[in-house]
Amino acid sequence: MTIQTANGFSLDNTGRRIIVDPLTRIEGHMRCEVNVDADNIIRNAVSTGTMWRGLEVILKGRDPRDAWAFVERICGVCTGCHALASVRAVEDALDIRVPTNAFLIRQIMAKILAWHDHVVHFYHLHALDWVNPVNALKADPRATSALQQAVSPNHPKSSPGYFRDVQNRLKKFVESGQLGIFKNGYWDSKAYLLPPEADLMAVTHYLEALDFQKEIVKVHTILGGKNPHPNYMVGGVPCAINIDGDMAAGAPLNMERLNFIQQKIQDAFTFSQNVYVPDVLAVASYYKDWTYGGGLAATNVMDYGDFPTVQGDKSTDRFPGGAIIGGNWDEIHPVDARDPQQVQEFVTHSWYDYGKGREDIGLHPWDGVTDPHFELGAGAKGSRTNIVEIDESARYSWVKAPRWRGNACEVGPLARYILAYSKGVPYVRAQVDDALGRFNSLAGTSLTPRQALPSTIGRTLARALEAHYCAQQLLDDYDALITNIRNGDLATANVSKWDPSTWPKEAKGVGLVAAPRGGLGHWIRIRDGRIENYQCVVPSTWNGGPRDAKGNIGAFEASLLGTPMVNPEQPVEILRTLHSFDPCMACATHVMAPDGEELARVTVR
Amino acid sequence: MTIDQQEGGTVGRVLVLGIGNILWADEGFGVRTVEYLAARYEFPAPVELMDGGTQGLYLLPHLEDLAGLVIVDALDFGLPPATVHEVHGADVPATIGARKMSLHQTGFQEVLALLDLRGHAPRRVSLVGVQPVTMKDYGGGLTPEVAARVEPVARAVLDLLARDYGVVARARPAPGGETLVTPAVARTPYETGRPDAAVACRYGDERVLARMEG
Repeated sequence: MTIQTANGFSLDNTGRRIIVDPLTRIEGHMRCEVNVDADNIIRNAVSTGTMWRGLEVILKGRDPRDAWAFVERICGVCTGCHALASVRAVEDALDIRVPTNAFLIRQIMAKILAWHDHVVHFYHLHALDWVNPVNALKADPRATSALQQAVSPNHPKSSPGYFRDVQNRLKKFVESGQLGIFKNGYWDSKAYLLPPEADLMAVTHYLEALDFQKEIVKVHTILGGKNPHPNYMVGGVPCAINIDGDMAAGAPLNMERLNFIQQKIQDAFTFSQNVYVPDVLAVASYYKDWTYGGGLAATNVMDYGDFPTVQGDKSTDRFPGGAIIGGNWDEIHPVDARDPQQVQEFVTHSWYDYGKGREDIGLHPWDGVTDPHFELGAGAKGSRTNIVEIDESARYSWVKAPRWRGNACEVGPLARYILAYSKGVPYVRAQVDDALGRFNSLAGTSLTPRQALPSTIGRTLARALEAHYCAQQLLDDYDALITNIRNGDLATANVSKWDPSTWPKEAKGVGLVAAPRGGLGHWIRIRDGRIENYQCVVPSTWNGGPRDAKGNIGAFEASLLGTPMVNPEQPVEILRTLHSFDPCMACATHVMAPDGEELARVTVR
Repeated sequence: MTIDQQEGGTVGRVLVLGIGNILWADEGFGVRTVEYLAARYEFPAPVELMDGGTQGLYLLPHLEDLAGLVIVDALDFGLPPATVHEVHGADVPATIGARKMSLHQTGFQEVLALLDLRGHAPRRVSLVGVQPVTMKDYGGGLTPEVAARVEPVARAVLDLLARDYGVVARARPAPGGETLVTPAVARTPYETGRPDAAVACRYGDERVLARMEG
């Protein structure tokens, strides 16, 4: 049967059904089912979050000042963004303004996290959708060296000998068979298009990225005080400043530590400039004809906006917020997270219950309900504990379906880049135009931003550009911090409302963060000093959520439609596009993996 | 001391690392055991304790070039519930990889492999763990059976440190020394402040649970 969705997509579930469960190399657990037609082109897609999410309910009755420490434990990836969203929500509810130093230190921590997250995502979780490490063993290191010098002449590690050493190391490792990440792949698939020399370059940079990422994490240890779980605090940051202080453990932030942070930021800037962005452009140029995966990005994108240069002034957001609907890049609708009519979550197709007669309504997160209701549709095959095939006409996911004024929207770096480009943010304009110029010259194409950005490759490129923009912002934030400290401001916390006796009987607030995976919001209601209701609407909920009451499909499902598969038994294309979102189902649903299979199970029916 | 040394560059460190997600009942065992040790004992250099949570790659800088790594975790050893078990050396990554129950174990096995690939593996690795009773109690603390293993496993870690590294921890005069885990989610406030089951659903997805049991 073919149906037209309200948001303009055509779904046909008559062809062969391909089931991928679990989807690998993501945080958390999700399942994807698609139907392909006689030419193996995807005509229907179903995204199912397969883990119950219960974060909200375990916070009921807790002290709002402690919520960050709980949300920090959701999973091992977005630790800092959830903690930041949480303290921002409480501060919003209680009308607390944090000191300038705290505002800047939090921004530095958030952007270090974003930079780190993007680099790790590309090299560790996503690159293997494009790069074939086994093929790298066949490379001539001299050809890799020539390629390296062509795509990034400023990167010093480019000699044939260097690449030969890496190749030997890799050979030993692949032969030993101990590294799961290289073991489980579809390395004989014709979906891999890189020549061996490019594969070797990418694998080499994977190792460089690993060496490098551990350095950048040290900034978190210094600013967050405690690693690997940094400390946050309602009202500010839990680190004191004493420029002339000594280096004793736990001592206040001093000049030596600040210099160390500056050095790490500069190194990050150099790495994304000379390695990460050039790698994405080089890999993309070999896949120039693989233009799939745009989905919702071509029409609807949304972000709340973040990273202002002036605290509390949204007009200075370096990632401006807003919503673009229907592909009209000339009109950016303002987004207000407090307006009950704007952000709403629907559960018509989710395993939650809003109460009798309320199946099709949307609830604003302040009034959100998280009551589980697991029930399979009549057309589902298998049993409740062993689903063979989902029935997407009924409830089919543990993820809710968030909507902005009823519209399904994509969120994430690509959404932010489309918004910032449309809005004419000079840095982003220059960056996108430069990157596309380089891509077009490598690939021999003449794509415009409107053609290139809404695609799987565009999503991956936007993430790389965002990492580099974060590094640039970090340099600026660092300067602003030093200037503020030199001007004599040493305050890091505002404790005027620390004591709950100073709080109103009832309060509500929202904390918004431009998290690496997209716009993140925590909504809190406080009553008598305790948490009454807490709702997180996370980026992977926006992107990975199921259909809504009107049948609008979400970003994951939309992105897969129209994509040809080389071989449906080897779902490289599905993994490639879904990984481009950097799905983190651990917080969209919950951390509770089953049996840890590393190779996706694929069923063709 | 340079920052690099302070943050983990020193050669010869021995790290006792508790891993797992404290929000899922017995899955928090590793973290809670290390929390227990930190509150009751002082550890002379080169021993350090760490609450690793579910942090995968974020742990890399702390795990490079260790003289010793002692992992404390709740693991499916295929043994009766609440059984304590020790594994050493090359068997450690294989054990973690064999029957994964939780996401953090996939991540952690990879972290160990990456240390090896890059030539920074710990010189000696041990794992002291317990067979969990349940992990499907979201927001819950340790089950009584597993909670009763915290003290014996802590004792096993102390013995191991003495035996393999010649380090003897000193008991603190009164518990409550170092707050290794953020106070808000330390074991006692976490377990006593739990909302009522009537308002906070405590179970997981039954399909996932069925597979864990099968």
